[in-house]
Amino acid sequence: MKAAEIAELLNEPACAHNKKEKSGCAKTKPGATAGGCSFDGAQIALLPIADVAHIVHGPIACAGSSWDNRGTRSSGPTLYRIGMTTDLTEQDVIMGRGEKRLFHAIKQAIDDYSPAAVFLYSTCVPALIGDDLDAVANAATEHWGVPVVPVDCAGFYGTKNLGNRIAGEAMFRHVIGTREPDPVPASAQRPGITVHDVNLIGEYNIAGEFWHVAPLFDELGLRILATLSGDTRFREVQTMHRAKASMVVCAKALLNVARKLETDYGVPYFEGSFYGITDTSQALRDFARLLGDAALTERTEALIVREEARIRAALAPWAARLKGKRVLLYTGGVKSWSVVSALQDLGMTVVATGTNKSTEEDKARIREIMGDETKMITDGSPKALLQAYKDYQADILIAGGRNLYTALKARIPFLDINQEREFGYAGYDGMLELVRQLALTLEAPVWDQVRKPAPWAAQKAVGEPLTALEVHHG
Amino acid sequence: MAEILKRAKALAVNPLKASQPIGAALAFLGLKNSIPMLHGSQGCTAFGKVFFVRHFREPIPLQTTAMDQVSTIMSADENVIEGLKVICEKNKPDVIGLPTTGLSETQGTDIKRLVREFREQYPQFAATAVVPVVTPDYTGCLESGYALAIEAIIDVIIERSAHLPNLVGRRKKQVNVLCASMLTPGDTEAIRDWIEAFGLRPVMLPDIGDSLDGHLVDVETTPLTLGGTPKSEIASMGESAATLVIGHSLNKAADLLKERTGVPDYRFDHLLGLEACDAFTMALSDISGQPVPMKIDRQRAQLQDAMVDTHFMTGFLRVGIAADADLLVALGQFLAGVGAEIVAAVAPARAEVLASMPAATVQIGDLEDLERAARASDAQLIISNSHAVAAAERLGIPILRAGFPQYDYVGGYARTWVGYRGSRKALFDIANLFLGNHHDIPVHRSIYWAGTQRDTGGDPEGRTPTGAGLVRH
Repeated sequence: MKAAEIAELLNEPACAHNKKEKSGCAKTKPGATAGGCSFDGAQIALLPIADVAHIVHGPIACAGSSWDNRGTRSSGPTLYRIGMTTDLTEQDVIMGRGEKRLFHAIKQAIDDYSPAAVFLYSTCVPALIGDDLDAVANAATEHWGVPVVPVDCAGFYGTKNLGNRIAGEAMFRHVIGTREPDPVPASAQRPGITVHDVNLIGEYNIAGEFWHVAPLFDELGLRILATLSGDTRFREVQTMHRAKASMVVCAKALLNVARKLETDYGVPYFEGSFYGITDTSQALRDFARLLGDAALTERTEALIVREEARIRAALAPWAARLKGKRVLLYTGGVKSWSVVSALQDLGMTVVATGTNKSTEEDKARIREIMGDETKMITDGSPKALLQAYKDYQADILIAGGRNLYTALKARIPFLDINQEREFGYAGYDGMLELVRQLALTLEAPVWDQVRKPAPWAAQKAVGEPLTALEVHHG
Repeated sequence: MAEILKRAKALAVNPLKASQPIGAALAFLGLKNSIPMLHGSQGCTAFGKVFFVRHFREPIPLQTTAMDQVSTIMSADENVIEGLKVICEKNKPDVIGLPTTGLSETQGTDIKRLVREFREQYPQFAATAVVPVVTPDYTGCLESGYALAIEAIIDVIIERSAHLPNLVGRRKKQVNVLCASMLTPGDTEAIRDWIEAFGLRPVMLPDIGDSLDGHLVDVETTPLTLGGTPKSEIASMGESAATLVIGHSLNKAADLLKERTGVPDYRFDHLLGLEACDAFTMALSDISGQPVPMKIDRQRAQLQDAMVDTHFMTGFLRVGIAADADLLVALGQFLAGVGAEIVAAVAPARAEVLASMPAATVQIGDLEDLERAARASDAQLIISNSHAVAAAERLGIPILRAGFPQYDYVGGYARTWVGYRGSRKALFDIANLFLGNHHDIPVHRSIYWAGTQRDTGGDPEGRTPTGAGLVRH
């Protein structure tokens, strides 16, 4: 990929990062960098497309430790869970046999697994030795009649966020707009209900959580044409240009797809979230607003009243237990404010939130929701997080899986909010799982036991510290 | 002697292989106050970190030189020097491991020169040992990367004996133990106990039993390893009475250690099963001059008893195994030793030791190869990492998890395989997996039952059949 193309992706005009001095994709510092690369980001964005053979072109490090490690669920095909890589050898690298191996690899994948399409992910080594992914993809498509899509996402291009955008760009360039949607099945037509086609962008169906929400779409007459990319199929992504509205669900990562759908095909979009009662309702309202169908608006409002009443009743006993608990929130990809809203719905207090990856717009939103008092944390190092936890007297840390063992080593309650998690929190019903998991860790009887020093530790000399944690939780 | 079948496919499907750089990183994670920094793009490190965090359920210190587009094309030398400086300033580690990756090796980095330049430029960080190791991911696998790192650690930390008087045996009770990547934290603990039972004091290199065993400590966070072999102990390995080498993959590292120090060594391919355990026990008795303690004698008798008890289940058991070479051969020899047949054997990369696998062939390949071979040979049990669980489900047979990664099984990382007790536990587990899964003989329904009550296979009136409530055997 050319430097100019990377710069263009980084300068995504719809991304609020780029309207402020702070760049969303700052230069990385050797010896002090965390987070994934562009290949990681591209793979994460597209891997949930369930009926595609995802081939990682490179030596083993890229696929070997990353395949089949996400919590994303499919309602049908499981091809996406089969790890595929060209596993380049030294001879391939030295003799320049990478392209040839890739070509045969595509054939093998098609013969053995009959995929709807083949996606090729380039990685650092083939990018460096100059393997021409586009040429191989074109030749393979021509030879075998199965769409082969190149995703040029070498790790050294930059961060995970950039990789998300590269993935979106690849979908826009090679997949979206290549097929017309199927007609709405007659059996799904209901009198008085106009069916509207919509897209979800940046929704990954982690732990199947979108299945909490999907039935509501059916009920309202919203047909999800395609999702990028939770529980989706290749042929659905092909039709995204025909949607009447898109929702950008997770962060800014795939904003470029939404923006281009709007400029090139006139599909309007909004940004929203399915975390929390308030935001779920808002997302449904926003769809109704963009689609401009009075009957839909009416149905939506009725559904919201019904669902909110139902879920608030179900949450009431839990909310009593969680009310007033203080949360330190440090999220990565998921918008901080969307989780804040979910926690506030439960009467919990968010004492501070990480804003490292948040845009100025996100920060403004956080201030709006939480007031000016909210502490915003930019240093996400384990040490800084634990310090903030103490300073703000939090009861629980909610963060990505990367910080899970930071919390547990420090003997503090933790909730995983990232993509590897095993529980789904989206939608109204997701709130029930969320409260269960919150209460489970907050009320766990293990904390007291593991914070207590050994009985014989008291035999130490007076004044000698027993454990650091006693001080902190005393 | 197994025939080694080379990789036959263009595409690796469901990879078994984990990369050399993360193997090297693992070796450094077994040293005290240490941190590995991979010389590559940030993804090389991020993937490695997630891989180990999920396996060990521990925070994993791992850094990156963060090569980006400019440094990849122009030069990433400055990234290495800056990265080392940043870590030294911030964390003052005793050891920084510096494995290269496919990216930096393709670029053509000279990692040893960069360490020399760092030394010249920043003499104030001399207390931190920096261990460069060449580990591109387009050759080898986790096991070989790990072995290269052990060799590099010896090379950097243990001084050449030419300048020193012969110190062999100055610490009469001290023995060196080189531990291969197949050994778990539980294994290294068991080996330590085993050695200490003879009044000896082991210096384990590395000691992931001390750093990655999963234990809560008083300090809340540390950017470095939580334990492991101290650098000073490694430096003293030349004064030990003997070296025990566990794992064929460490032979080159063992050669270097012997050349450096002159300490005599005893080499073992693995410590699974009666024979291997006996050989190790005898060596410890030789070195210490002590008789074998009663306790160990008793454990040996317990293993023998278990072998007798479980031979009904392990005999003729058709097993498919996929693992790095040392572990593959360890499990293969152990199971063949109790009457099992290794009907499918897959290793991710070539290794000398594979020739001694008790199987007709060893395929260099992936978990798809394992699945196909296991299906073709009607295997009854799979032994491999967590990625093979889906294959075992498709095959409808049980799996015993071994190797890296084990992300879907709590405590798998800490399992003790070695020794008399570890072997006994493995036999019990295998026997139990088989007990729950052997196939019943299909019922025969006689033609003469037609039209009678028995014809329906149950009682049409819904009455309790005769004999219900009796235990079915």
